[in-house]
Amino acid sequence: MKAIFYILVLMLFLSCSKDDSSNSSEYVPTPLALKVPPLFTQKILPPAIPFANPQTVEGVALGKKLFFDTILSADNSQSCASCHAPANAFTDASQFSDGIDGVFGNRNSMPIFNAAFNYDEKFFWDGRSLGLEQQALEPVENPIEMHNTWGKAVADLQNTTDYPDLFQAAFGTAIISKELVTKAIAQFERTLISGNSKFDKHLLGTATLTPQELNGFNVFMDETKGDCFHCHGSDNNPLWTDNIFHNNGLDAVFADLGLGQVTGDPNDNGKFKSPSLRNLVFTAPYMHDGRFNTLDEVINHYSEGLQNSPTIDPLMKKVAQGGVHITTQEKADLKAFLLSLSDYEFINNPDFQN
Amino acid sequence: MRKLITILVLSVIVFSSCVEDEVPALQNTNVSLNFKHNWDGTTVTNANFNTIQYLTAEGDELSIERLRYLISDVTFHKSNGETIVVEGYNLVDVTNNENVSYVTPIQIPIGTYTNVSFTFGFDNTDNISSAYTDLNSESWNVPMMMGGGYHFMQLEGKFIDNTATETGYQYHTIKAVNNTDPMNLVFQDTFFTVNLGEVIVHNNSSVDVSMNIAEWFKGPYQWKLNDWHSMLMPNFAAQVKMYDNGQNVFSLGAVN
Repeated sequence: MKAIFYILVLMLFLSCSKDDSSNSSEYVPTPLALKVPPLFTQKILPPAIPFANPQTVEGVALGKKLFFDTILSADNSQSCASCHAPANAFTDASQFSDGIDGVFGNRNSMPIFNAAFNYDEKFFWDGRSLGLEQQALEPVENPIEMHNTWGKAVADLQNTTDYPDLFQAAFGTAIISKELVTKAIAQFERTLISGNSKFDKHLLGTATLTPQELNGFNVFMDETKGDCFHCHGSDNNPLWTDNIFHNNGLDAVFADLGLGQVTGDPNDNGKFKSPSLRNLVFTAPYMHDGRFNTLDEVINHYSEGLQNSPTIDPLMKKVAQGGVHITTQEKADLKAFLLSLSDYEFINNPDFQN
Repeated sequence: MRKLITILVLSVIVFSSCVEDEVPALQNTNVSLNFKHNWDGTTVTNANFNTIQYLTAEGDELSIERLRYLISDVTFHKSNGETIVVEGYNLVDVTNNENVSYVTPIQIPIGTYTNVSFTFGFDNTDNISSAYTDLNSESWNVPMMMGGGYHFMQLEGKFIDNTATETGYQYHTIKAVNNTDPMNLVFQDTFFTVNLGEVIVHNNSSVDVSMNIAEWFKGPYQWKLNDWHSMLMPNFAAQVKMYDNGQNVFSLGAVN
């Protein structure tokens, strides 16, 4: 009887306790909050950080080291930074980038910043990768980029003296995998936040735009002139992109199907992601194929160079006339405004340098 | 005997200690508004986009490539004159088939309502520039040179113009503004109340709201896309016509 009594008492104290069987010895790296600029906090949604890959001090440090390390390429000659250099807002100055074998791709290297605010998490010009972790998987094995295998890359990392300890610190295991490599790189890339341009300071009241820059902003926002804001953000969307895919009238016939190649839907042919208009001073050449060397060429394209095609975006206006034909002065003003979106603090941030 | 009583008491405690509170008789429920779309009775979803296949009252052939619109302040009207206002908004995105069902964020008492209504767009109280981070993230804003605030609708596609050329149209609705004098903007309200009529709310009611897209081009103004297809946001007269045509766009569908 006594036994039954004690069992029931025990049951009473156990019956409602929550399951707290978590392993107290489980390693937890140091959480690291992203440094979100004040305008971003005010205006847009918080960054999208995967539940399965939280930001940590150790993970970001490891990701940074991996980003700048040539060990990921087959012949140890190229790192991520080879085509995504800090001085170029994490792109490069070439129309197309050459891989370790000297073979060139057919897309312009995309700049990397504010990727944590790409809420749909579709990456590459054609959106084929869902998530930064997935995106980072590709270049290592791409035969015209790092031309490596993940097996070799992981083995090389495992055989170093320092990386196993760094993975242990970042993820609680010294056993390296491609998934952990890309998780670390993605963590570093999410820290690459650009939000301190002259225009940002203008909105915060700490800088004054010139009359020309202000005129250019008005051209940008005027639906009868530039009408850039429908795809490229505004003073209320500091990303300066919608991160959506559009056919912006570059070609009548497509040499590159873009999104259409990924979805298989002919209605998506010729569509590419709207790039952010931040940091244009560092990111020439422009467009998915780097066809325009200067911002003047870009502006001329939208003003009078539009090419009609079945999938051209309805937002492209006066296509039959080649575009909206803004004046020479308006073009100069628009360019001045666009350059005010350049964030010199970003490209010089010591946290982002090798 | 005392021990036995103690054991019985403890047993009762053990076996009753984790029983959740009894759920009271259900009085309130969430209501789901399901936004459905048609062209004069023919169902339209994003699967029907990108093909020129619809004929306007004017005789213009058009396609739809993008459709999203804002509704706000769903209101349940009781027979005694009381109303339950569901503060908030929903950006219906037909293009991506997102937010086409809107579940009221508050529970509504089960019962009969003489009318369920919502605001198309934002009324002036809610149409505050830059106020909503999710809408800003969707680039749903209206430039300050046109009064600021937010779009109410973006309907875009192509039509066959009078030169037989596929031409883009952007049927964007905003608060009408005459910005001829940038220093003295003149506004006219273009948000409107959509009255769906009587709805009996059951447990987890589902209310279909139908938008006949053709009505935007039908009446009272028979829309001529050749005249008005682009740059309509700063076009005061066009915005007023959109408002007029919008009055007949929505209707109540099935209620379950």
